[in-house]
Amino acid sequence: MQKALEGRQVLDLSDAGFSVEQTVLLAATDISKSFNGVPALLDGRIQLHAGSVHALCGGNGAGKSTFLNILMGLLRADGGTMVRDGQVVSYASAAEALADGIAIITQELSPVLDMTVAENIYLGREPRRGWFTDSAKMVADARALFDRLKFKIDATAVMRDLTVAQMQLVEIAKAISRESQVLIMDEPTSAIGEKESETLFEAIRSLQAQGVGIIYVSHRLTDIFSIADSYTVFRDGRFVESGAIADIDRQRLIGLIVGRDLRDQEPRAEREATEAVIEARNFSNGGVFTDISLSVAKGEILGLYGLMGAGRSEFANALYGNGPKQSGDVLLRGTQLIIKHPSDALRAGIAMVTEDRKGNGLVLPASVRDNIVMGALKRFSSFGFMKAGEENRAVDAQIERFRVRTASRDLAVQNLSGGNQQKVVFARCIETNPQVLICDEPTRGIDEGAKREIYAFLSDFAARGNAVLMISSEIPEILANADRIIVFRSGRIAGELTAAEATQEALVHLAS
Amino acid sequence: MVELAQKSSEARNARFGRVVSRYGIVLAFLILFVILSFAHQNFLSTGNITNVLRQVSINGILAVGMTFVILTGGIDLSIGSVLAFAGIVAGALVTGADPSNPFLAVAAAIGVGALFGAVNGLLVARFKVTAFVATLGMLSMARGATLLISDGRPVPNLSADFRWLGQGFVAGIPVPVICFALVFVIAWVVLRFTIYGRWIYAVGGNVRSARTSGIPTRMVTFSAYLIMGALAGFAGAILTARTTSALPQAGLGYELDAIAAVVIGGTSLVGGVGSVVFTLVGVLIIGVIGNGLDLLGVSSYYQQIVKGAIIVAAVLIDRSRNAQS
Repeated sequence: MQKALEGRQVLDLSDAGFSVEQTVLLAATDISKSFNGVPALLDGRIQLHAGSVHALCGGNGAGKSTFLNILMGLLRADGGTMVRDGQVVSYASAAEALADGIAIITQELSPVLDMTVAENIYLGREPRRGWFTDSAKMVADARALFDRLKFKIDATAVMRDLTVAQMQLVEIAKAISRESQVLIMDEPTSAIGEKESETLFEAIRSLQAQGVGIIYVSHRLTDIFSIADSYTVFRDGRFVESGAIADIDRQRLIGLIVGRDLRDQEPRAEREATEAVIEARNFSNGGVFTDISLSVAKGEILGLYGLMGAGRSEFANALYGNGPKQSGDVLLRGTQLIIKHPSDALRAGIAMVTEDRKGNGLVLPASVRDNIVMGALKRFSSFGFMKAGEENRAVDAQIERFRVRTASRDLAVQNLSGGNQQKVVFARCIETNPQVLICDEPTRGIDEGAKREIYAFLSDFAARGNAVLMISSEIPEILANADRIIVFRSGRIAGELTAAEATQEALVHLAS
Repeated sequence: MVELAQKSSEARNARFGRVVSRYGIVLAFLILFVILSFAHQNFLSTGNITNVLRQVSINGILAVGMTFVILTGGIDLSIGSVLAFAGIVAGALVTGADPSNPFLAVAAAIGVGALFGAVNGLLVARFKVTAFVATLGMLSMARGATLLISDGRPVPNLSADFRWLGQGFVAGIPVPVICFALVFVIAWVVLRFTIYGRWIYAVGGNVRSARTSGIPTRMVTFSAYLIMGALAGFAGAILTARTTSALPQAGLGYELDAIAAVVIGGTSLVGGVGSVVFTLVGVLIIGVIGNGLDLLGVSSYYQQIVKGAIIVAAVLIDRSRNAQS
């Protein structure tokens, strides 16, 4: 099996136009790591060539993070070898890895927001003239760097004014300015929209042309197929397969990641027109969204698509009473509602899965139980006192229903994986007995298996005569799950498509 | 499978670590208790234990209120001044030839305390002033107001009925200790078994997520300061009754002892994590150390140094725990 795989790898690379003697920037084999005797990584492998974008794929818990942490010197491997530019290496710290030309760009960026772009790039190693910082040289160096990388960013801009994608470009520039040849990018597009992703991809291609090797980690298969040229899949802590992207299709890659043969989702079946459950009329707020009117019917999943900053999330939050609006009426089954606070929405039967589960979805230090019942405390209490028995039974039922993997209902939510955290958010919403579920990027940053479970849940929830408003930046997700799609552009509704007429091209066309 | 095993083992380790560090403070208290009982023969005497409990009850009541505020992620620096103001109000009502009913005086003290707390709460919850700044301002304003209404002079000759609150006994237990015990038990029940308790933890843990879940976050934040203020007023009445006259300079620096007790108890200053039970342990540690060093004849100057060192040590332990997880 192993032999066969290796054979395949060589074959694939040559097929994809690589010459055999192409420089291997980084090669890792048999990397293993256990925590307290429990293996997290059994056989981590990767072979990264210069000028290649190598996708590292795997579900949550596949061992990717452990593997990357070892590459970055943040963790010490128990076994295995790492070869960097022909030398066997073992890094004791991130600083050593950085000095050896390996840099990581993580999901959580940490720029100094009130400093300029140039100051951020040269933070801690500012060019000096005597005792003073040589600002002129710093700015000139930063500009030269951006020119070389073909990034269109003003070196003197204050970091705070940049978009998330631009900040990522700055982080990349920073890594390159340190002469990094191996760049690890962990979910770089999870926080940015389609258009900004394109900017990032252009930057990546430009780095590629300069011989930098990139390890690209993402749950977004669309991204992987548009930017990566090779892939490695991990599952359950083991290397599964490596090859050229040109030789694999989406379906098979998903199959490798989840370990069972999952077919790419079928679009939803056509459904009869029914009466509206919820209707939003003339929602406006100072140009962020303007004159938005839409309705979601019984049993329907309405998709909202649009680029980042198109006003989708802001509209949805205003609808839920969690964000500002200047005007807008909400009708639930024909009755007008006044929603000024999420509690008004919840009382009426509208629940929301927010975009940022850590920022405004979950109380991370609180237990799974406390989070699940947080929206429905009144139901589990009498005279202000919690009824522990009923509460625990309901929580256990939700844990079972959503298959939340947690050691106990008393475990703090911060200890769960992203997918399981998201399931807790869903459980919290369902515990309020909603008729309308608004979900903003319901599967962001979670693994393929958990995604499937959430899609199945949404479909089932709608089928029970409820309404779902689903916001997503992932076109395949929205195409596969929505009955009807409304596209936002610059705060307005740019168009509406039924599932049957919607295509990737049509959505992108309407959105931009 | 491997992943599952790993998760549950990690969870177990995390929980084990939490238990050790959580109960570490209780262990520290017990060790301290044992050492002191060997170091001085009088430490374990009924008289001394009663004395320690009476000494800690004022700080105990304040620390319970402070636990509410800190659990929401806030802080209240004004309580020493609020306590003094409430003490003067109570004293003024029960002084002279025709003293009011002592219960009225206590109610008035609690009322004015709550009023100050309400102002703090409004500033923090409604007008989004940083808790540190809002209550720092209130610390100065309430102290000034205290000096103004008292003309800077103590209010003497308090009625005997009122003084019972600070000096009396019920079944051999000092009244202030009973008051503290009541406050503590109520707070424990509220935080542990009620909806309101869940709200407090949720708001402190993540105010935006709490709002998303339909929790009236402003009201919750406001109420924590209100409770704190009312308890500061109550403590002011008790302190006045104990010292037999209401002093305008009472309560100077009391906020620091209350915060110290909460922090030693391991309640996170960021909010959302902690317990009033551990605050009790913090209160007892501070009280027992003070008493023990007194018995051993150590200068009160050293006591302050020791207290400060314990606070820093408690936070360091907290840090290392967070770093692990």
